[in-house]
Amino acid sequence: MDWFAFLFFIEVTIGGLLSGVMYALVAIGFVLIYKTSGVLNFAQGAMVLFAALTFVSLTEQGLPFLAALAITAAVMALLGLTIERAVLRPLANRSPMTLFMATLGLAYVIEGAAQLIWGTAVHRLDLGISNEPFILGGIFISTFDLIAALIAGVMVAALTAFFRFTRTGLAFRAVADDQFAALAVGLRLDRIWAAVWTAAGVVALVAGLLWGARLGVQFALSLVVLKALPVLVLGGFDSVLGAIVAGLLIGATEKLAEVYIGPVFGGGIEGWFAYAVALIVLLVRPTGLFGQKLVERY
Amino acid sequence: MPGAVLRRTGPAYLVDKTDTVSPRLAAVGAGVVLDGISLSFGGIRALTDVSLDVAPGEIRAVIGPNGAGKSSLINVLSGLYQASAGRVRFGGRVFSAVPPQELAALGVARTFQNLALFPGLSVADNIAAGLSFRRLSGIWGNVFSLPLARQERAAHQDQVREVADRLHLTADLDRLVATLPYGLQKRVELARALVAAPRLLLLDEPMAGMTATEKAEMAGFVRAARDRSGLSVILIEHDIGVVMGLSDHVAVLDHGVKIADGTPDQVRRDPEVIRAYLGAA
Amino acid sequence: MTFVADNPLATPLTRHLPLAAGLLLAFVAVPAFASDYVIEAILLPFLALSLAGLGLNLLTGYTGQVSLGSAAFMAVGAFAAFNLEHRIDWLPLPVSILLAGLTAAAVGLVFGLPSLRLRGFYLAVSTLAAQFFVQWALTKFGWFSNYSASGIISAPSLHVFGISLDGTAGRYLFALSTTALITLFVHRLVISPIGANLIAVRDNETAARVIGVPVLRTKLAVFALSSAIIGIAGAIWAFAYLRTVEPAGFNLDRSFQILFIVIIGGLATVRGAFLGAALIVIFPLLLSRFTGLAFDGVADAGVLKLIERIFFGAVIIAFLIAEPNGLSAILSRITRRFTR
Repeated sequence: MDWFAFLFFIEVTIGGLLSGVMYALVAIGFVLIYKTSGVLNFAQGAMVLFAALTFVSLTEQGLPFLAALAITAAVMALLGLTIERAVLRPLANRSPMTLFMATLGLAYVIEGAAQLIWGTAVHRLDLGISNEPFILGGIFISTFDLIAALIAGVMVAALTAFFRFTRTGLAFRAVADDQFAALAVGLRLDRIWAAVWTAAGVVALVAGLLWGARLGVQFALSLVVLKALPVLVLGGFDSVLGAIVAGLLIGATEKLAEVYIGPVFGGGIEGWFAYAVALIVLLVRPTGLFGQKLVERY
Repeated sequence: MPGAVLRRTGPAYLVDKTDTVSPRLAAVGAGVVLDGISLSFGGIRALTDVSLDVAPGEIRAVIGPNGAGKSSLINVLSGLYQASAGRVRFGGRVFSAVPPQELAALGVARTFQNLALFPGLSVADNIAAGLSFRRLSGIWGNVFSLPLARQERAAHQDQVREVADRLHLTADLDRLVATLPYGLQKRVELARALVAAPRLLLLDEPMAGMTATEKAEMAGFVRAARDRSGLSVILIEHDIGVVMGLSDHVAVLDHGVKIADGTPDQVRRDPEVIRAYLGAA
Repeated sequence: MTFVADNPLATPLTRHLPLAAGLLLAFVAVPAFASDYVIEAILLPFLALSLAGLGLNLLTGYTGQVSLGSAAFMAVGAFAAFNLEHRIDWLPLPVSILLAGLTAAAVGLVFGLPSLRLRGFYLAVSTLAAQFFVQWALTKFGWFSNYSASGIISAPSLHVFGISLDGTAGRYLFALSTTALITLFVHRLVISPIGANLIAVRDNETAARVIGVPVLRTKLAVFALSSAIIGIAGAIWAFAYLRTVEPAGFNLDRSFQILFIVIIGGLATVRGAFLGAALIVIFPLLLSRFTGLAFDGVADAGVLKLIERIFFGAVIIAFLIAEPNGLSAILSRITRRFTR
């Protein structure tokens, strides 16, 4: 491999890693909910769409950035609360698969409602982050992706600190470890779930803004869920760290495959490549990279 | 069940080179030997060097406080857990890892501590599921009711009826198992385990949560099954009265170690057992 | 296995009377009296989707393996049937359809392999791989669509034993007979001991394995069979209903639609697929008719699509909360009230 080919390889890898952070960003929303309530929330993508559409429509109405952000955050928190109250609570104690299918229905409702309220047009979202790539040691790096990755990193750090150092965070972890024990010591499950859905709504907002600025705010945003699923499978549904590592791994391999293997097939392999990677890893390690190894009791 | 995952069956089981008898024949008149079984979960030792020798036709109880490793022992025996050391000898074959999917064909049947019935099936179908490992007819045969499938179905129905009759379940055969009271469900699980006439029966707390009458009835069924076919039984049970009355020998586990093994009388008088377990009672 | 007759008065004749009447209606009265619109816009998509729902119900309802890739197998069936008809022109139509089903079964078997090691969400997500891979392969490799520039190909002319089935009634009868035969097959299967094995695997996989139910074989067989049925449904969808074969129609939304059919209709029931498909097909027609009346025919098609989306999403949630056994259970309650 000559020098330029090597530089190109590095550039592709870094680009892949950065977009991997974006995948992880969506995946973390899933992990939050899965960890505390055992629900794989397929509607997370729809929530991302809803958040981005709400925000962009508000700014287009002339609201200043921060006001729009605050209102959207409130709306997302409200949405999360409503979901918890109207869908999850009536389905308490039902099988995880039932809950999953309910979130599929939920995704349809939110997607439909978001577009019914705000319209189906594609909106441009400008966060004021430069789209110019900068050059580092002969390698082009997207400024936007880098800043997006930084924001994602800050969010992850904040979440980690929250889980580790606050009372509510500790309660989250207690519930994640053992629901019955948590109930027994008097933790209010309903409140914790409400809080976690609110948090997932806010994570969806951050993901929605970054993805929206990248792709334009449109229905396709809802499909980022499909990018996050293989990341989750690979990282384990219940691990924030897993989501990040798997996101990076899938982002990088996907980009590399697209550039180096894609042409062999005439391109377009990014739709399924991540799934193939996740599947292969799973067949070797059925709980993903970081998922808890469950000792099943019989 | 957070997206739980199938456990790998692990290394293939070992077969004695000297043994050329087919598994099912070898299983006849068996009894079971556990030799130095150890089991650990991520550093926590659940069983340490447990050996057990159960003769054909013997009812062997395994008792001990909660968390002593009783269920783990049965799960090792039925291949759900894989022992980190030790062997299981059954019917002339030696296993370092028991293959769970071949258990039924080897003549081993079990019940579960928490009911493991199929709620979507009738009592009859639940019991008949215990025979499905013997079914030779496939999808086509059953869909088109070919002769083999018809004969098998009739034969299996007879066997189900027969075992249901023995366990007084005949009147409930057509009911959905989920609609039965708990005690009856436990009995259906026993029927499912007995229907294929196993040589070794593993019972994990078959009488838990039952009334005294139900327990006596259940004990009667287990004894009758043993007397009838001479099968060996390994029984985990907390009710000491039932255990002492029903079993030929009693093994006591404490913290994954076998601390006593003998006739009910010997065990009852064993000072260490009294200290670890019976003393409280 | 039934040991006591549920109702001694129900002779085979009276018990099968409603079914016989229904079949007579479907096979004789509908082709004779129904308008082309009813057949083309309602009955043909209804039959194809019912059949797909039936196939998925075997896998998801009976065996408990959730699949999000049904549309991929519909696509495999449709494209296999097209290529068989196109490339081997002496092949009778029923044989092409059967072989298309077998092709889908083979593909289903491959994508069912992960089910031997994965459960629950992990499996559900891995079935998405089938969805994306198949759609990609069919668009990417021109051979599948006979190098058609647009990727959309018209379905071949349909005829059995020299009788043309290209007319509306002909296509309807073709779809109806195929669906009826497969439904009979599935019905016989689920009441057999094999059907009990499926439910055993669904209800408690570990227990099933330990008591000797051949879990792995059962799972693979049901993946193959379910994919075959869904594949044939795809062939009917393309040949009898759309009259075109194109990958775009077999997208993720279609997969969800089929899953919704099964949930709404009733998991682990044969008739559930038909009830669910009926709702899925009829509701959009009613909606557009109703809004057409209410808004003087100016309702925007895009808005209708969104309302439909919200409706079906809400219906799914409502059923899961209030009636997890779907329309089938509601129907049972109604018939019980009337026969009592």
